[in-house]
Amino acid sequence: MQEIYNLIPFVLISAGILVSLIFEMYAKNSKRIIAWFSVFIFLAAGFHSLVNVDNAQLFFNSMLQVGGNINIFIFLFNFAAALVVLMAMDYSSKYGNNFGEFYILLQSSVLGMMLMAGAKDLFVIFLGLEIMSVSFYALAGLNRMRLKANEASLKYFLLGSFATGFIVYGIALIFGSTNTTSIPQIVDKFGELTHNLLFMAGILMFLIGFSFKMAAFPFHMWVPDVYEGSATTVAGFFSTAGKTAAFSAVIITLGSVFMHGNANIFEPYLVVLAVTSMLYGSIVAIAQNNIKRMLAYSSIAHAGYLMIGLASGNYEGIAGIIFYLAAYTFMNLGAFGVVALIEGKDETNLTFESYTGLSKKQPFLAAMLAICMFSLAGIPPFAGFFGKYYIFIAAIKSDLTWLAIVGVISSVISIYFYLRVVVIMYFNETEIDLTVQKSNYGLLAVVISVILVIIIGIAPGSLIDLISSFLK
Amino acid sequence: MEIPIEYYLLLSAFMFIVGVVGVLTRRNAIIVFMSIELMLNSANLTMVAYSSFLGNSVGQLFVFFVMTVAAAEAAIGLAIIIAMFRNKKTLNIDEINILKW
Repeated sequence: MQEIYNLIPFVLISAGILVSLIFEMYAKNSKRIIAWFSVFIFLAAGFHSLVNVDNAQLFFNSMLQVGGNINIFIFLFNFAAALVVLMAMDYSSKYGNNFGEFYILLQSSVLGMMLMAGAKDLFVIFLGLEIMSVSFYALAGLNRMRLKANEASLKYFLLGSFATGFIVYGIALIFGSTNTTSIPQIVDKFGELTHNLLFMAGILMFLIGFSFKMAAFPFHMWVPDVYEGSATTVAGFFSTAGKTAAFSAVIITLGSVFMHGNANIFEPYLVVLAVTSMLYGSIVAIAQNNIKRMLAYSSIAHAGYLMIGLASGNYEGIAGIIFYLAAYTFMNLGAFGVVALIEGKDETNLTFESYTGLSKKQPFLAAMLAICMFSLAGIPPFAGFFGKYYIFIAAIKSDLTWLAIVGVISSVISIYFYLRVVVIMYFNETEIDLTVQKSNYGLLAVVISVILVIIIGIAPGSLIDLISSFLK
Repeated sequence: MEIPIEYYLLLSAFMFIVGVVGVLTRRNAIIVFMSIELMLNSANLTMVAYSSFLGNSVGQLFVFFVMTVAAAEAAIGLAIIIAMFRNKKTLNIDEINILKW
């Protein structure tokens, strides 16, 4: 009985998908019902996993782990999804993807992410990844009438399944050279396997596939287009929960390799990806005029910072990544939430000109966006600063001081385009009028994320202690 | 005479490379999608070859999962391609460029 109790988040979401499908078929006014129902199951699953965080268990022939740091991920996915549902309630009718299926796809993508985070077997990682990705392709193009959304989902689909091809081939090679798909067994044999060329090729393919999903530099081509073309709330979900899920899968595979005292042989690959994504993301973001594209390039840069934690390959690095992902989820969702509130009908008001003098017209929204931008840039009192701090400390501890310095340089560059938004909002005047549709739920979601950004920024120690206590 | 496993691996590596080159060079969305399916099938061939070589049926089991997932992906991918074609009347990737690449 106790065993099933731990699995409740998975059961809740899976049952929720089926119940929502029935609502969608038979209930009148089904959109509101499904929206509130999904907020309810996301919050229930999220808080259940947070309460049971110190109760780690293996399920299904040791293929799935629930408890420990996995539950922190499950909480993040569910909480982010609940915030996205709140943002989408009024936004969807403005944008035109106000279908009940929107929430059902959101639920199934969260189920896939949870499977990815808890996987102890390459099977489960693959299945979770595909449940998530297939729902994401559909979410990106849910509004079939909009050409931009069509294009975004087509590009996302083609490049995403290209990446899946790499991951599957990598898994096939790993299986062939180890005769197992169970991650703990592979980790046990890891020392002798490093001399096996096929195994290394498999791991490399696996990493390349996941670099696509994480939006790291040479594999980033889809990111700006997909974020610009799909609905703003959905883009916020891709950039936070999607990235967190990809990193959680890599932490499970690579992280368990580091933690058994193996040398970090992936370091050259990860270092190159980290440096190029940080610098490329920060420099190209300067040239953008569309705020969603700017946030997309900033998300490439953030993938670079997160990769520093992987490249350093120690406990501090992994704890730093989980902390950074928590901080990044809330600050980025806050920023996307404000953008979704300001966006007008037919995807207007997305350029920087629309944000001129926002502090006069919408002082509250301007303040919220400013806090998110400060946090994304890594300015001290907010969560983003401590995320970068822990990751750079981890890099210095494993003798990668130069990498930390590159990271600091890149965040100095990124201050330019983050603060440009703040400067435009507070110090520029304009005559152009801006009509913003009122949306109380969207505002509520933004306020919750900003409060969490401030709380994590004020008390980072307790969160990092919690995370590192589950890694050991 | 039994065929050695290297032959299967070389064949599947060749299929995988054909798939990758197809994705990178072909311009029609459906042919790109077919190349992606070729990549998935090359992984399946590797799995089956290893499974019989190692005497471990996990590999064959994995092939079933990959085929199921490929079917789901085909369903969603073709739906996206049809939605695109209805709006734009073309499937040439070079002409699908409202968003800068």
